[in-house]
Amino acid sequence: MRPNLYTTGNITGIHGPLLFLRRTVNVGLNEAVEVYGADGKARQGRIAALDDDSLTVEVLESTDGLSLRETRVRFLGEPLHFAVGPDILGRIFNGVGKVIDGGPPIAAQHSLRIDGLAINPAQRAQPQDFIETGVSAIDLMNSLVRGQKLPIFSGGGMPHERLAIEIARRARLRGGGGGDFAIVFVGIGVPYHTAENFRRAMENSGALAHTVMFLNLASDSSTQRLLTPRYALTAAEYLAFVEGRHVLVILTDMTNYCEALREVSASHGEVPSRKGYPGYMYSDLAALYERAGCIKHRPGSLTQLPILTMPADDISHPIPDLTGYITEGQIVLDRNLDRSGVYPPIKVLPSLSRLMKDGIGAGYTDADHPALSNQLYAAYARAIQVRVLASVVGVDGLPELDRQYLDFGAAFEQQLLQQGQGRTLEESMQLGWTLLRRLPHSELHRLSDAQIAAHITEPANA
Amino acid sequence: MSHAVLNWIGGPVLRARSEGQFHINEAVTVGEHRLLGEVIRIEQEQIVVQVYEDTSGLRPGDHVTGSGLPLAVPLGPGLLGNIFDGLLRPLAHDDDTVYVQPGMYELPATRFPFEPLVQPGQRLGPGAPFGRVTPTQGRTQLCLIPPDVQGKVLSIAGAGEHADNVPLCVLETPDGQHRDIAMSHRWAVRRSRPVAQRLAVSGPMLTGQRVLDALFPVARGGKAALPGGFGTGKTVLQEALAKGCDADIIVYVGCGERGNEMAGVLHEFPQLEDPQTGRPLMERTVIIANTSNMPVAAREASIYTGVTVAEYFRDQGLHVALMADSTSRWAEALREVSGRLGELPGEGGYPSYLSSRLASFYERAARVKTLAGSEGSLTIIGAVSPPSGDFSEPVTTHTKRYVRCLWALDYARAHARFYPAVHPLQSYSEDVAELEAWWQTAGNPEWADTRRRFLALLEQQTQLERMARIVGKDALPPPQQLTLLCAELVNEGFLRQSSLSPLDRFCSPRRQSAMMHLIHRYIELAQQALAAGTEVEDLQDLPILRRLHRMGEELGEDNLAGYEAIGTELESAFARLAKHND
Repeated sequence: MRPNLYTTGNITGIHGPLLFLRRTVNVGLNEAVEVYGADGKARQGRIAALDDDSLTVEVLESTDGLSLRETRVRFLGEPLHFAVGPDILGRIFNGVGKVIDGGPPIAAQHSLRIDGLAINPAQRAQPQDFIETGVSAIDLMNSLVRGQKLPIFSGGGMPHERLAIEIARRARLRGGGGGDFAIVFVGIGVPYHTAENFRRAMENSGALAHTVMFLNLASDSSTQRLLTPRYALTAAEYLAFVEGRHVLVILTDMTNYCEALREVSASHGEVPSRKGYPGYMYSDLAALYERAGCIKHRPGSLTQLPILTMPADDISHPIPDLTGYITEGQIVLDRNLDRSGVYPPIKVLPSLSRLMKDGIGAGYTDADHPALSNQLYAAYARAIQVRVLASVVGVDGLPELDRQYLDFGAAFEQQLLQQGQGRTLEESMQLGWTLLRRLPHSELHRLSDAQIAAHITEPANA
Repeated sequence: MSHAVLNWIGGPVLRARSEGQFHINEAVTVGEHRLLGEVIRIEQEQIVVQVYEDTSGLRPGDHVTGSGLPLAVPLGPGLLGNIFDGLLRPLAHDDDTVYVQPGMYELPATRFPFEPLVQPGQRLGPGAPFGRVTPTQGRTQLCLIPPDVQGKVLSIAGAGEHADNVPLCVLETPDGQHRDIAMSHRWAVRRSRPVAQRLAVSGPMLTGQRVLDALFPVARGGKAALPGGFGTGKTVLQEALAKGCDADIIVYVGCGERGNEMAGVLHEFPQLEDPQTGRPLMERTVIIANTSNMPVAAREASIYTGVTVAEYFRDQGLHVALMADSTSRWAEALREVSGRLGELPGEGGYPSYLSSRLASFYERAARVKTLAGSEGSLTIIGAVSPPSGDFSEPVTTHTKRYVRCLWALDYARAHARFYPAVHPLQSYSEDVAELEAWWQTAGNPEWADTRRRFLALLEQQTQLERMARIVGKDALPPPQQLTLLCAELVNEGFLRQSSLSPLDRFCSPRRQSAMMHLIHRYIELAQQALAAGTEVEDLQDLPILRRLHRMGEELGEDNLAGYEAIGTELESAFARLAKHND
């Protein structure tokens, strides 16, 4: 390591976020630099390309005010690192890992590379600890497990933040044990009041001492947004895999991250892919999302709950599309449900949890949980189909069975989706069985005779 | 070995001034950590190298060392039951760290019980087996002479435990040179391994999935693509195939996919049994994992690595299935590297050679006579992840030109948790005609006929549902209402198959035939009853209908008699109905 190498006056050009320098020091690719302008402010950057005579520095912040002659570049001799220690809990950082809550600096115990390293797939432990969030549409229909990355696909004006806060506040293992938990809140280009709401909610529930916040506010530099989740996930990995805590990371809003990625890519003059986003957006997002997981023989876990607002509520837009290909499912919020007053407005049909199968069923939650969820899905899908039909031919043109489905669909939304406070999984399941009693037994193809006898017929007779 | 000095680097691509001769696609090592790379372009004394690992820290002046050989992987008995990265470097061994670090190396030598199959003085052709390995756990494998070597055996090691990298056999080649042959040999990943003859396909590769085997079967040596948007169940179906299909060897390539899924496979496979042999599934499986956050260039190589490993087992006279999940991530890796080289982009930003690369990948699937004269096959099943589920994008359209089976996954089915979400009207199989004879010998002569009936029924259902939207379901005449009822039975009772159900996740041809027969019989009887004046409601209310809907989940492989019982009950139910109507 060769810290504190400086160069001044060797800059030959500035082009958008790129500085071109004559190569006067022996440095390596991707190593971090600090760029000081005449204002004396440090801007972070990294070495993006090198040849015999010159080197290219990508400045990760604004290049405003830099000049050829007065700019000083400091080479750190290693890739960007973040110094962490146990007292990061309860603290607030800006988007590049500097304390902004007015408190003392962090007593660092470890210095970790912010890009992280890919977890060896053979060293991952399979995530299978069911997390009870208190939300029926998640616990019953799209269960979350520790180590999963489950994004919330939302849109402007929908209550995704409220949902995320409630999940953060309630999430626990069944039987009450929460273990050593921690929450990392990552605001990427969020307005001030969002960050403040979250802080207050955590304070009210007494969890603030277990929370770390990283804030890149809407008014901060957009290029810094690319660094914010990297610093935050480095802290989260430290808490999970070094300190052994169960960490829930809430990233909001990933759409702002992708916009920043597009902006930076365009300023590099790269060939754009779909809708102007760079072709490597999949790999770039994967480098963040794949940092979730559990590791063999280590006690902690890292669960991610990224939030993204779908531009124009379009789930096929590249941002939700690529996210859905990387994450282990998605929770989709729906504007129609929201408008009709259903909270949480979770659109269950396109929602999915890929790891649900490993965390539910006998030995995990309840032996009949998978079948119940499956049957509710099948019935609700049919109800939605009938609803489309009814909107054309009218309810009167429907056979009796289809009217029963319509009735089931409405009850499903009003009773199961709609909820004022948290429910245990047992309460959610009970509601599910009750709803299915509205349908004839011959329609319940996905339940066994024993399940029908135990949950549908008998309690109704009792 | 030639040397070069690095003089430009940006991302995974570097340029170096060469001081010797380099070849295109030659493997090189770069810098002090000896990172692995490959020469992809030569311009006078400049070479362009793509590096398969994180290039952080490389700088001008670093050395690039050529190996003189194309990028090659070691093929030997240590592959089965293990997990590797995209360049076939082992991911699971005792002393490794939690993270994937640059500069990893090959599997340390392992000892295997060896038994010679040849005598000194014998002449061996290329690809001939010279010994047999019988590990205490796992299947017996042959040790092959490399496909580009032949000659007279000068010496051969005796039976006993040997390491897989020490020479066991010495050959005198026709030009008089001596060649040492070990249990494992290296082969270049981008060159397909030669065969004696390509054979026409015959016989299905049974997948244990009803919708595939019965409606859209793939032949041994065939190629199938599995396109679907996110959440339609590509990976779950690929895994179900890896568990249930009747190939001898499975090569599972996780190309740019999720780490937790790989962890799931590694957790689950050792506990599951191969439905054909009863041995642990892991013993017939090789996993190649290049998760989405591992270096992009290695993702490009992982597909070739996988298919080379698969060909190696095929050359032992085995039936091999390769699952590639997902080829779209591989195409994206091509696009990314091409972009860094400043090549002119084609459709969707992909390089213009995307189509020919896909073609040469799928063409490596075949049923063959191996160099040693036995029969082997390689079946390729590639998942495709089209952006926003739009099948008109370049990777899907080009793939469709080269595969013989398309298993299109559908959002609407996946949303209703109807798995496998294979859409029966968008999917096709070109192998059907070749496989009809096989089903006849397997005891189901009506297979082709029933298959056509089912597909026709499903097509009518779509049309009728469209009509019902205009006139209302009640306004449809009774025969059409019955069609809807029967189509639902085909969907729910036959095509739906839960890969989580212990009884139903695998379905043998016999059980499939029994189910096809019963459903077909119900349709016939119902149509007759309707013609005789029975109401559709009465047919819908028959208790036997629920049994038919649930038979897949309730009656397993060991209960074929249960299907006969349902058949008897079916006949008597309709007989009662007829009597009642009289």
